[in-house]
Amino acid sequence: MTKNVDAIVVGGGIHGCSTALHLCLAGLKPLLIEKDYAGRHASGVNAGGVRQLARHVPEIPLSIRSMGIWEKISDLLDDDCSFESYGQVLVAENEEELAICRARVAELNALGFTHEELIDAAELRRLVPAVAETCPGGVVSRRDGAANPAQTTTAFRRKAEQLGATVREGVAAGNIRHRDGLWHVDVGSDTYAAPVLVNAAGAWAGKIAADLGEPVPVETVAPMLMITSRVPHFIDPVVILRGRKLSFKQFKNGTVLIGGGHLARPYQDRNETVLDWKSLATSAQTVFELFPVMRSAAIVRAWAGIEAKMKDDIPVFGPSSRHKGLYHQFGFSLHGFQLGPGAGAVMAELIVNGGSQTRISDLGIDRFHPITL
Amino acid sequence: MTVAPRREDYDVVVIGAGPAGLAAAATSAEAGLTTLLLDENIGPGGQVFRAISSTPVTDRNQLGADYWVGADLVQSLRASSAEVIPRATVWSLDRNLDIAVSIGGASAFVKAKRVILATGALERPFPIPGWTLPGVMTAGAAQTMLKSSALVPDGRTVIAGQGPLLWLLAAQILRLGGRIDRILDTTERGNYLAALPHAFAFLTSPYFAKGLSMMREVKAKVQVVSGVAELAAAGDGQLASVSYVAGGRRETIPADLLLLHQGVVPNVNLAMSAGVEHRWDDLQLCWSPVLDASGNSSVAGIAIAGDGAGIGGANAAVVRGRIAARAAVDALAPAAAARLPAMATLRADLAKAERGRLFLDTLFRPAPQFRIPSGDTIVCRCEEVTAKDVLDSVAIGATGPNQLKAYRRTGMGPCQGRLCGLTVTELMAQARGKSPQEIGYYRLRAPVKPITLAELAAVPKSEADVKAVVRG
Repeated sequence: MTKNVDAIVVGGGIHGCSTALHLCLAGLKPLLIEKDYAGRHASGVNAGGVRQLARHVPEIPLSIRSMGIWEKISDLLDDDCSFESYGQVLVAENEEELAICRARVAELNALGFTHEELIDAAELRRLVPAVAETCPGGVVSRRDGAANPAQTTTAFRRKAEQLGATVREGVAAGNIRHRDGLWHVDVGSDTYAAPVLVNAAGAWAGKIAADLGEPVPVETVAPMLMITSRVPHFIDPVVILRGRKLSFKQFKNGTVLIGGGHLARPYQDRNETVLDWKSLATSAQTVFELFPVMRSAAIVRAWAGIEAKMKDDIPVFGPSSRHKGLYHQFGFSLHGFQLGPGAGAVMAELIVNGGSQTRISDLGIDRFHPITL
Repeated sequence: MTVAPRREDYDVVVIGAGPAGLAAAATSAEAGLTTLLLDENIGPGGQVFRAISSTPVTDRNQLGADYWVGADLVQSLRASSAEVIPRATVWSLDRNLDIAVSIGGASAFVKAKRVILATGALERPFPIPGWTLPGVMTAGAAQTMLKSSALVPDGRTVIAGQGPLLWLLAAQILRLGGRIDRILDTTERGNYLAALPHAFAFLTSPYFAKGLSMMREVKAKVQVVSGVAELAAAGDGQLASVSYVAGGRRETIPADLLLLHQGVVPNVNLAMSAGVEHRWDDLQLCWSPVLDASGNSSVAGIAIAGDGAGIGGANAAVVRGRIAARAAVDALAPAAAARLPAMATLRADLAKAERGRLFLDTLFRPAPQFRIPSGDTIVCRCEEVTAKDVLDSVAIGATGPNQLKAYRRTGMGPCQGRLCGLTVTELMAQARGKSPQEIGYYRLRAPVKPITLAELAAVPKSEADVKAVVRG
């Protein structure tokens, strides 16, 4: 027997969970389908950066919208998600990089965005005392911070369920089809139908889009992270580098997370990744040079999460260009975690109101396909 | 001095130089395969034959005849062409058979056509109240000190738990003049009855006569309390007393040292991190790799031998090592396999070595109250998480060990779940009314043993990175 719901969300990452929650807040009863468990992949195992800093211009409005939600995340989820806001700092390692930073901040200011602020060597040292003496400055986004990704995704899932979402974990969404004006999806032996379908399936979303006639240039990637043993507290903000691939964050318990986008080899069908230690060695080398205090720390664990990366590095977000009632929310290209809360809110507005005040027009799938709807 | 591997590629890399690894490496090298044996200790032998080449204990009776069997294994390994690197900690193995190993503070990478994992066993966690107090240690740790340095306890010492190794350790301590005040045997009374149907096989096992005489030897010198059903360590920052309930009576005795042991379980971390499939073993109450009759795992090219393949003891480990090596020879150099003992012979040897195992597993199956703690008893030592903390997390939605990480960080400390993994699985299974198999285990990640950032930073970079630097 087919069960009718108001919307079907495929994918239990932070995006699917956030959209399900915001649909509930708008009075709908959605179904959330997750083939493993919520937060199993990129959403649960990413670096947890809550970052407006250094974003592509087309996604800045969504990022700013999201930041407002992050700052009141406890009110929304009854869970603090371990969110903390000590800013994020982009470090320029030389004058040439600092010049690029200067131009970037000027560009954003001209567009009316003020969250990125150019800083000199003295302010950089004040924010990040441990950084190497040779760095001439950088950019800070002071409201940014970090959260615990697994805790956050789990909290969104839990709250959505409390507010009336049906959550089906451990079984993949199958046989997605549009019939009699409704989207039908099989979950094991059950079939669900709804007027709305949200494709938030992360690394698995590109296939869903392609199967529905909207192929996009997307690949599956697995950015690597590693974490150290506890070291004495020495840094508050999240640090990223302008020139080299590195992001760096010390947690309250003293452990330090080292990331930056070096890639593991994904084995998507097996939910597995194989790490590339020679690339991780490059990250270790960078930390070694920049933060001498870290040299004797132990690397206790490294991992990678499987996710979707678009060729143009910006997500696919908004209504389908071919099908009524279909919405896409994927391809966040290694920087989707911070966007999750805001993207869910905006997606619910698109579904319920048919539009949103938050500017997302450059993120649509129609950048790849002419609209035929 | 740092000894780096001589080659980048080997036919066979054996990890672990205990009984299984020694036998596997010797067999593989004798058949002409390029063979590398990596072991993290300073000398070969593993735990059973620890310090076999260097122990200060010279009276052979003190450590027992079984210990000195290790010397023959080491001898045949040294006579072979196998390359052996001690103090070599393998910290990564993946399904492409790429191996990362730390030797003397520097990491090297080697690739194998076949990997034989012989990483042995770990002691099962024994999470009783007070088990994290200074003065409480595992029997295995005590045995390590005894074998490597001839150190034995001289303070008020209590040994608690069960299993063959407990009696072996007690006998070894007494022979070396150490002190044991009391032995608290936690074997469940019902287990004797359950094990009875398997007793005949055990009677014909070589372990039977030895085990019996060892228990007699110990019981002649130490007060043994059987049927211990509750156990707790107490003290203010340091162990002061041990209390227990046996036969319905509670007793508290002062103690300076409490040695705990309730059997060993496969050391699965490296195999699991490589993606090898494991199943819950409901008799041995642990995770065991899914293997075929030659020890091949679910990952092509990775075989597992010894106690890491499921607890079987030292004799079985030696045979399993030979079987896994022979399978490697069959695959890589079939012509050379003719010189080795036939597989059928080896399998018959294994059946003989495993005789009586069912009896031991049934008799020494630890009781639930010593595996699944409650209340304020610590489960995860690295993050100081109690049983109650775990149950609270289950109540608000943590469904398995990996989800629990998001709530409590269990298993995310330096031990990577070695000290808490089984407890967490069984505790969550009980709380959720599921089987341990359904609940699952931590996803384990390299580095399986920590390495310093400086060491990783010194690793030669990938070709692309080197080129990028050259281009400036």
